[in-house]
Amino acid sequence: MFALRPVRLAAQGVPVASRRVMRAGLATEATSKTGDNEEFTFELGPDSFLTHNCDMPALTTTATRGELLDMYRTMSQIRRLETVSDQLYKSKLIRGFCHLSTGQEAVAAGMEAECNEGDAIITAYRCHGFTLTRGQSAMSILAELMGRKDGCSHGKGGSMHMFGKNFFGGNGIVGAQVPLGAGIAFAQKYGGNPNHNMTFALYGDGAANQGQVFEAYNMAKLWNLPVMFVCENNKYGMGTSAHRAAASTKYYTRGDYISGLKINGMDVLAVREATRYSRQWTRELMGPLVLEMATYRYGGHSMSDPGTSYRSREEIAHMRSTKDPINGLRKRLLEANVIDEEGIKAIDRAVRVEIDEAAKQAKASPEPDLKELWTDIYVKGTEPKTVKGCEPFDIHHY
Amino acid sequence: MPLRSRGYAAASSDEPQFINLVQKSSFLNRDGDAIFQDPEFSRISSKETKNVNYYTAVNDALATALETDESAILFGEDVAFGGVFRCSMGLESRFGKDRVFNTPLSEQGLVGFGIGVAAQGATAIAEIQFADYVFPAFDQIVNEAAKYRYRSGNQFHCGGLTIRMPGMAVGHGGHYHSQSPEAFFAHVPGLKFVVPRSPAQAKGLLLAAIRDPNPVIVMEPKILYRAATEDVPVADYTLPLGKAAVLQEGRDMTIVGWGSQLYTLEEAVRRAEAKWPDRSFELIDLRSILPWDADTVIRSVNKTGRLLIAHEAPLTSGFGAEIAATVSEACLLKLEAPVARVTGFDTPFPLIHEKFYVPSIVRCLDKMEALFNY
Repeated sequence: MFALRPVRLAAQGVPVASRRVMRAGLATEATSKTGDNEEFTFELGPDSFLTHNCDMPALTTTATRGELLDMYRTMSQIRRLETVSDQLYKSKLIRGFCHLSTGQEAVAAGMEAECNEGDAIITAYRCHGFTLTRGQSAMSILAELMGRKDGCSHGKGGSMHMFGKNFFGGNGIVGAQVPLGAGIAFAQKYGGNPNHNMTFALYGDGAANQGQVFEAYNMAKLWNLPVMFVCENNKYGMGTSAHRAAASTKYYTRGDYISGLKINGMDVLAVREATRYSRQWTRELMGPLVLEMATYRYGGHSMSDPGTSYRSREEIAHMRSTKDPINGLRKRLLEANVIDEEGIKAIDRAVRVEIDEAAKQAKASPEPDLKELWTDIYVKGTEPKTVKGCEPFDIHHY
Repeated sequence: MPLRSRGYAAASSDEPQFINLVQKSSFLNRDGDAIFQDPEFSRISSKETKNVNYYTAVNDALATALETDESAILFGEDVAFGGVFRCSMGLESRFGKDRVFNTPLSEQGLVGFGIGVAAQGATAIAEIQFADYVFPAFDQIVNEAAKYRYRSGNQFHCGGLTIRMPGMAVGHGGHYHSQSPEAFFAHVPGLKFVVPRSPAQAKGLLLAAIRDPNPVIVMEPKILYRAATEDVPVADYTLPLGKAAVLQEGRDMTIVGWGSQLYTLEEAVRRAEAKWPDRSFELIDLRSILPWDADTVIRSVNKTGRLLIAHEAPLTSGFGAEIAATVSEACLLKLEAPVARVTGFDTPFPLIHEKFYVPSIVRCLDKMEALFNY
């Protein structure tokens, strides 16, 4: 086992954010009826969690008005962002591969509600939502999608390769980000991890069958790393139904010797509760967990997939009408008098204006300069003297 | 028809044992501080040297890296026990189990893990037990490690990652303990790839690789681990990446190789000098496969007009092809003969036929003759 020795790493770790100060102060603070700090209690559905060798998270959860509205706003922003991306794609302003997360918003928003700034997230190619929750602007995401200079990867990454502070990326190769997540968590632990930061390594139900996922499981448990393996199970690996690709679709049990939770990933409060649970797990130095988020994407796998050839339109319509994460939270907020109908509509309008404005700005951003083709291959000053271009005499000199 | 004239003549009965070639090689420093006359070594302030073999020099470099960089970790299959080639002997007990440790048998996982560690700013030194085992990690190296900086617009990278892997023929390695996969990686912008030829080179190039802010692969010719011994500077030093070394200057033919092949080429040159007393030969150790030092090779071929490239990897798309194409473009009017390559065959690396497969002294001499007679 590794000793937790404090070692200087040039890491991007930052002190724990003060995101949850409000909750800590509740006992003594007087809160007005309309204040952001007013606390609400919700019962999660009895089928919110399934467990594998661990206790069940609490089925009663509390959140302040501010936190609840944050989650609602975040999910709405992601939904609108993906809708705008869809339009930009169809008008050919976004080219190439593009994977939307419409329907899966609760996973990113619920995790972020319990994440510290110092926590690391690494995910696959369906990454727009996480890029937003990890602090990149909608403008920089849309600009990146269109390959513009002001994109969050300076227009060099595109849809699948977006990054942010402690957000180690959208990654294009299925499953390849999972062992990286174990390495990131190792560095957190090796650095002493005074803030109990952890790493969320996300992958889909399709990627769950990659050998390297199991290699990463083994290393993470062997070395008790603070890594959460988060399987976003949206039921289809591209066009293949999960049960046709996996001998066991109980993804939360597939860590075997790693405890696991299956979470109703369409309920942002359940995701948040599970994330809180996993932080406690990490604090107690219990190592990794496998968190299976049962979720659903409304669209196809990517823009070239209509998403209706391997599942029925009725199935999609049923999920939209009964399980939608945004509608679900909206209903809860209205029933508990967290906010009234007018207030919700005001948020929806504001989000729409905000994202549409971001799209306008992103469209105005220029393409990266042609010289960027030659940069970032090697560190400046350590590169080869020349790099060859397409033509025999097209040679770039550094 | 006698075999020799067919161009694929195998090792003949007068082909000496490889170990004997290494033991009498003039490339290995046996004269203590004579090595400091080499400009690349002259700036080292301490003139102390120690006679060590290749694996001990690697061990010394790894210890130096762990000593001077507290974020450095060393891991791989059986590394904690010293590694199958003894390169990490004693490092676990010296630097602790949390810095030098075994990984499960999972190349893809361990390289991905190393990229993650390096992405946090730490120094990750991964060992792939044999270069032949690197292929499960190919995706991690090509798609994750090499492109991390580019695809994130320089926000993320794994520059602290170094991958060591023993490669090349060993005399009896068969299909999966003998390969030279340098050409696969030469095709990957964002990576660097070096092949040190001797203990002193191994120490300096490995330390340079570990400290280079880009992911670097170091392929160590495993046959040299015990066979090659020389007086190696005790100090902490690095050698330049991306720069070839001219081992012997000459006028009439340029000969390029890397790794253990150089010892075969040295003997071939010695015999060629005896056969053609009025000719002289320029022998270049390419050292870095990516980026490779085209300037030095082009300058040499413009002088000699003839180029022979020898490598163990198969002919088709071997790294010799890239050198040949570049030289053809740059030196066409100076060439007295087409660029010649002596390589492994386009077959899997054979077990029992290894001595036919590797570019032997006789095959190299045959090609030299063909170059002169063109």
